[in-house]
Amino acid sequence: MDLFSKKNKETFFTPLWVNNPVATQVLGICSALAVTSKLEPALVMGLSVTIIVALANVVISLLRNTVPNRIRIIVQLVVVATLVTIVSQVLKAFAYDVSVQLSVYVGLIITNCILMGRLEAFAMQNKPWESFLDGVGNGLGYALILVIVGFIRELFGSGTFFNLRVIPECLYDLGYMNNGLMVLPPMALIIVGCIIWFQRAKNPDLQEKSN
Amino acid sequence: MKALRNFLDKVKPSFEEGGEFHAFRSVFDGFETFLFVPNTTAKRGSHIHDCIDSKRAMSMVVIALIPALLFGMYNVGFQHYLVHGEDASFFAMFLYGFLAVLPKIVVSYLVGLGIEFVVAQWRGEEIQEGFLVSGMLIPMIVPVECPLWILAVATAFAVIFAKEVFGGTGYNFLNVALVTRAFLFFAYPTKMSGDAVWVSKNAMCCLGSENALVDGFTGATPLGQVATGASTVTDAIGSSMSPMDMIIGLYPGSIGETSVIAIAIGAIILLWTGIASWKTMLSVFVGGALTALMFNQIGANEVMNMPWYEHIFLGGFCFGAVFMATDPVTSPRVECGKYIYGFLIGFVAIVIRCLNPGYPEGMMLAILLMNIFAAVIDWCFVQHNISKRLKRVNN
Repeated sequence: MDLFSKKNKETFFTPLWVNNPVATQVLGICSALAVTSKLEPALVMGLSVTIIVALANVVISLLRNTVPNRIRIIVQLVVVATLVTIVSQVLKAFAYDVSVQLSVYVGLIITNCILMGRLEAFAMQNKPWESFLDGVGNGLGYALILVIVGFIRELFGSGTFFNLRVIPECLYDLGYMNNGLMVLPPMALIIVGCIIWFQRAKNPDLQEKSN
Repeated sequence: MKALRNFLDKVKPSFEEGGEFHAFRSVFDGFETFLFVPNTTAKRGSHIHDCIDSKRAMSMVVIALIPALLFGMYNVGFQHYLVHGEDASFFAMFLYGFLAVLPKIVVSYLVGLGIEFVVAQWRGEEIQEGFLVSGMLIPMIVPVECPLWILAVATAFAVIFAKEVFGGTGYNFLNVALVTRAFLFFAYPTKMSGDAVWVSKNAMCCLGSENALVDGFTGATPLGQVATGASTVTDAIGSSMSPMDMIIGLYPGSIGETSVIAIAIGAIILLWTGIASWKTMLSVFVGGALTALMFNQIGANEVMNMPWYEHIFLGGFCFGAVFMATDPVTSPRVECGKYIYGFLIGFVAIVIRCLNPGYPEGMMLAILLMNIFAAVIDWCFVQHNISKRLKRVNN
């Protein structure tokens, strides 16, 4: 078996950009709006989701032939909830400040549509290794959007990059001001909209046909 | 006029396909149709309309805005000399205000029209004229101390995200000027509200006063004062205002919004030419007045205790009702719907003023909110009419 066959590569790379979970499938928007006012929580959130999707995909893929169809959702939820709890505890132990900033949104990864979407659509039909690649790809695709949004919002909203001041003090003396709207969730929606706009402009296949 | 027409005809070929200035074709088209009513007619079906196309209508709105704009310039100068305790001639005041306001108008038009030109050229369309009015409204609804670069950013944001992404002039479901103001309000609150931004305090270009500010100076707008618990409203140096003072409008506020008289002149021009709908305008005032009377009965805070006429005279109520609510693109098309639309604007504006101390002025948010519901109002009335006629057919 070829671990990095063309098909597996595709499984990994398409969710990063062309079939991005946020920009194309429009999943996981709520957390993309909620945790991206700074880059650090956005990055941590993106990585947490990546780890959880990847592991949940593997576990569900291993269980896929033994789980009765009627209770599959509840089994998926149990698996995801377990993983989320582990990640949440790890964050509290090793990155307490970030976990405070992320607050309920780590717990709410359980309800992140990307997870259930990938488990239902991919892990239930595919082998563990493919499922793992799919999970990592989708998680990183999600993280990518979060990092872009977080970068823009932190830069213009707070003038910082990973909490380091990057917009020089002399600009503020000249009258430059941080944009308060960037810190508010509506601006994240507009930035995500711009990313989708850019993405579709680059990929004509994604554009809906006007009738 | 003849010479102008001849000149345009002479230079026209160089802007056509293959001409040396083909890149500026959209600009030329825009100017030509601005100067002369275009001679083209509808290709399909029969249409009857007069020569008032949208460029002419927009120009009329700009003319209607001029009294309020000129008064706003005078008021900027008047407030400046007032708070410095210095007497100045009418012309000195006006010139000071003119110098303070003109850069805002220039920035607003440059940024907005610049984006329109680029987009029109890029899409190969004619320049749309919608920004003529928005570009004039934007400087009139901001405080005089609002920095120019912030105004430029907000204008660019509003033109791109409230208008161009939806397809340009005529497709925007939100009032572009109000989106600019909302962006400013939420992005740079310290430059859009509070006590420090409504009066221009610095001398400029050898005009203006260098004196210290007078005692009792308060830069807050009357509505701002009431929202913080004052029972009587005062002007910028602390003397109380009668309803007549409120109508004349020599008090701190956004540049164009203060004078009821100047806005009334604009309203008469708009109504006389039939460009604005009297239904919308009237029902905004009725809605606001009735809501204010209702809150008078509750009277739980100072804003609720304000008499209904003060609610209407102060702040942006008149300006919004006359120039913003009547925007034909963002208000409902159905005639009966205009009553509901206007009434709810007045209602929501007063509700926001009374119940939310964070926003002393509710007119901007009220109009934006109802802009969103305009399509729903239209839809309801159209469905109602369809079902009514269906019944008639079936019986």
